[in-house]
Amino acid sequence: MEYTHTLEPAREAPPAASLIVERLSAWYGARQALRGVSLEIAPGQVTAVIGPSGCGKSTLIRCLNRLHEVAPGTRVEGRVLLNGEDVYAPGVDPVLVRRRVGMVFQRPNPFPTMSIFDNVAAGLRLNGLASGYELERIVIHSLHQAALWEEVEHKLRQPGTALSGGQQQRLCIARALAVQPDVLLLDEPTGALDPVATLKIEELLRQLKERYTIAIVTHNMQQAARVSDYTAFLLAGEDRVGELVEYGPTGELFTNPRDPRTEAYITGRFG
Amino acid sequence: MWRGRASFDRALGGLHDEVLVLGSMVDKALERSIEALRRLDQQAARDIIHNDLTINQKRFEIEEQAIELIATQQPLARDLRTIVAVLHIIVELERIGDYAEGIAKIALLHGDQPLLKPLIDVPRMADKARDMLRRSLSAFIEHDAQAAKQIAAEDDEVDALYDQVYRELLTYMLNDPRTIDRATWLLWVAHNLERSADRVTNICERVVYEVTGRMEEMNVSKY
Repeated sequence: MEYTHTLEPAREAPPAASLIVERLSAWYGARQALRGVSLEIAPGQVTAVIGPSGCGKSTLIRCLNRLHEVAPGTRVEGRVLLNGEDVYAPGVDPVLVRRRVGMVFQRPNPFPTMSIFDNVAAGLRLNGLASGYELERIVIHSLHQAALWEEVEHKLRQPGTALSGGQQQRLCIARALAVQPDVLLLDEPTGALDPVATLKIEELLRQLKERYTIAIVTHNMQQAARVSDYTAFLLAGEDRVGELVEYGPTGELFTNPRDPRTEAYITGRFG
Repeated sequence: MWRGRASFDRALGGLHDEVLVLGSMVDKALERSIEALRRLDQQAARDIIHNDLTINQKRFEIEEQAIELIATQQPLARDLRTIVAVLHIIVELERIGDYAEGIAKIALLHGDQPLLKPLIDVPRMADKARDMLRRSLSAFIEHDAQAAKQIAAEDDEVDALYDQVYRELLTYMLNDPRTIDRATWLLWVAHNLERSADRVTNICERVVYEVTGRMEEMNVSKY
């Protein structure tokens, strides 16, 4: 099967979505993981979330697309406003939230039994969003957006798992983009990748932010400094509950942090 | 859990020490240049000119150390500001060294001619500039932004002395045009000292940046 359609955007690019977090707290059973986090994730920008292990970084972004509540016994308080609408309002379908707020994880996780094409098409087919020509068009466009098209255009029927780690991760990004989300969340997306594959993903994020609001959790402060426009620093206090310590433009936070705890963390004095 | 940064802290401490060494070399060069001028000691003047190469070499060494720290440690926040401050401060120090060399050259220029007049305000300018220089480096080591601002404000005293020297030398030149050469040389000396104090002001700006993260112009010289 050959795909030769000209590349067109699947839709007119709308303004990037706004995502506002208000007094967000999260629990795993009786244990509180996050307390009172408020921040406005800048539309059309990359926001990095940094902090030591156990500070609630992953929990925070999992709350943004209601993935936190998938684990048993979990609970969330506060509001997450996506383009002004609270994703936790009664009657909101979490599946729809997750479609609008896509997530990419640390380990590339293509569907093992599916081809490259079918991996990207999966979400569209599952949700009945597209079929036939339209489906092909969106898959190709998503692969282009994920900077993977040139590497896979002649092997779309091969299994996704046959790709290299970096390519698999970009395949997962293509899969997330295919359902046309407003926001892209990435949880340590380069944690399992080599430096070259890492730089490709980082370059990709810089391109994607023109159309998407992006939040990335990273352990790697240099990566946060390289890739993000804004950085949020979370830290768990003595009670092991994560709180937002500082949030601001990345350049400022990494050269002149306001809070001494941020200074101590990014200069390696603890963590 | 603490990440190991003992070796990085040692390297940063070493960088501070090297800046102090360079500062002390430059301070001595200024002191000797004024002494060589006062005594019109040609050999001392030639030594100062020769020694400037050592000062330049030291500056390059520190610069290389700083670049290596950036490349290997990826410093952030205060660490980053410290290294950036060092990179600026060593340039300022090297330029003050060049002013000392310039004064030594003026001593050589005199050849067999005596000084136009005994040096009074010129050594005062040198003492003030050197005092500011030493204290600015202490402020850097002690992360004392307040002291740095105070030192920068004292640049006005050097400027006032320069005005005084300028007016005095102008009077000499107007009264007797045959003095124009030697008066101009002394004016250059005073100008070099005035510029040295300005460079110290720049060092003070870097100290404030290192401590506060804010870039502020401290004292706009009127020259």
